[in-house]
Amino acid sequence: MSSALVNVPPRARRGEVIEIKTLISHPMETGYRRNQLGARIPRDIIRLFVCTYNGTEVFRAELHPAIAANPFLVFSTVATESGTIAFQWTGDNGLSATESAAIVVD
Amino acid sequence: MSGHGARLLGASALTLLAWTASAGEIPPAERRSGYDFMSRETRAMQDDDTVNPGMLGVLEGGTLWARKTGTAGRACADCHGDGRASMKGVAARYPAFDAALKRPVNLEQRINLCRTERQQAPALAYESRELLALTAFVARQSRGVPIDVAVDARTKPFIDNGRAAFYRRQGQLNLACSQCHDENWGKRLAGNAIPQAHPTGYPVYRLEWQSLGSLQRRLRNCLVGIRAESYEYGAPELVELELFLMWRARGMTIETPAVRP
Amino acid sequence: MDRETSRRAFLRAAATGLGLGAVITVAPAHATPEAMEDAIRKIVGSSRVSKGRVKLELPPLSENGNTVPLTVSVESPMTPADHVRAIHVFTELNPQPEVVSFRFGPRAGQARVSTRIRLATTQTVTAVGELSDGSFWSASAAVVVTLAACLEDA
Repeated sequence: MSSALVNVPPRARRGEVIEIKTLISHPMETGYRRNQLGARIPRDIIRLFVCTYNGTEVFRAELHPAIAANPFLVFSTVATESGTIAFQWTGDNGLSATESAAIVVD
Repeated sequence: MSGHGARLLGASALTLLAWTASAGEIPPAERRSGYDFMSRETRAMQDDDTVNPGMLGVLEGGTLWARKTGTAGRACADCHGDGRASMKGVAARYPAFDAALKRPVNLEQRINLCRTERQQAPALAYESRELLALTAFVARQSRGVPIDVAVDARTKPFIDNGRAAFYRRQGQLNLACSQCHDENWGKRLAGNAIPQAHPTGYPVYRLEWQSLGSLQRRLRNCLVGIRAESYEYGAPELVELELFLMWRARGMTIETPAVRP
Repeated sequence: MDRETSRRAFLRAAATGLGLGAVITVAPAHATPEAMEDAIRKIVGSSRVSKGRVKLELPPLSENGNTVPLTVSVESPMTPADHVRAIHVFTELNPQPEVVSFRFGPRAGQARVSTRIRLATTQTVTAVGELSDGSFWSASAAVVVTLAACLEDA
């Protein structure tokens, strides 16, 4: 179960460059750690983050194990129209988490 | 251990004795939160709720707060209402004396007592995601509130036990908590500054753990670090030490969820 | 950094409470600067990588290598004709060189991202920016990584 905290300005002017912050709970197990018996702990990471704006992809990040646990991403997008900014995280072991936020653009 | 120390009268032992003889509490005006010893970047992680990874736990705790559970089918919210209002100030008073158990309990134990006694739900394991989330949610509501644990005839013996533990040399390194945290705070140990050890931000998101963790987890870390005998989670010795540390930090404000290296 | 001894492992096994003592972090073989060069080659092919245009912000001293804040940006008008296509981040001494790749289009408004990365040891981090005209630019920053004084399980 992944919890996500996303921060999107609720309002913006058309054409304004807005900053979006996202934080999702996930251990980002690297696959390089070993347990007490010496066996590798299998990798379990978020591999992909995609942000769409009213269905159009506006940003993507491909993550590797070197992204810290509870991945944190701050990125920008242009406020083009009112609607929904959606976020999807996918990764190992069938991980798929989504979150979204509404934005009013005038 | 102090009896042993008196008998070993080598030069180095005398120096050590002289050093510890000058031990003393930190004057109240000089008390500083671990926040003050962190880098700018780590402080920035704590300052903003939209970037603080501990807030993920608070968010989850809020969800758990409203969820019905146990055979009683009760949510925390059913008795306590909106936690953001009703829990204000609570964490600042814990550990608190429990009249039925006749000893202090910490916040995690209080939550579990509510679960078992009032929700008829199983206790949550120490350091479990759920217990950390609920504790983080409750403690977050005391952010900005000055720490104020009760000092009375019932609690004094336990505070004294905690104080004795804090000043007692122990383990293979023969170190007392006070030697680092009263006498050498601000100096560096490996890459980090030694803080004064005030539990103002628990449960804390510790970068070393890459997750939230309780004060007891931190205390157990320290005990392992000084090669001393550790205690099980929930042990009265740990609760007494927690209580003493909160008393020692009285008047300092809660910062939960703090971020620490 | 292999400090494991059988005695310590035994003590840890004895002290294990709730499985917290169950993980050890023996450092694996590090990747090498050569591996990083290979990883960068995979991205840029035979194109030249010029120094500049990319701004990489990292703290010179990190309190804990588990979580190192990073901000990377490339100045660009971000128009359909002239924008940043991607920024790739690499390390030279982590177990693997790739850290993250960010992909942008004109809708990004600016090519600037912040995240938190893991650094296994003191090393140099390199960011490679890919522009819409096919050119590649890079910047590097060195970070000193310190470890916690008392590791939890040892």
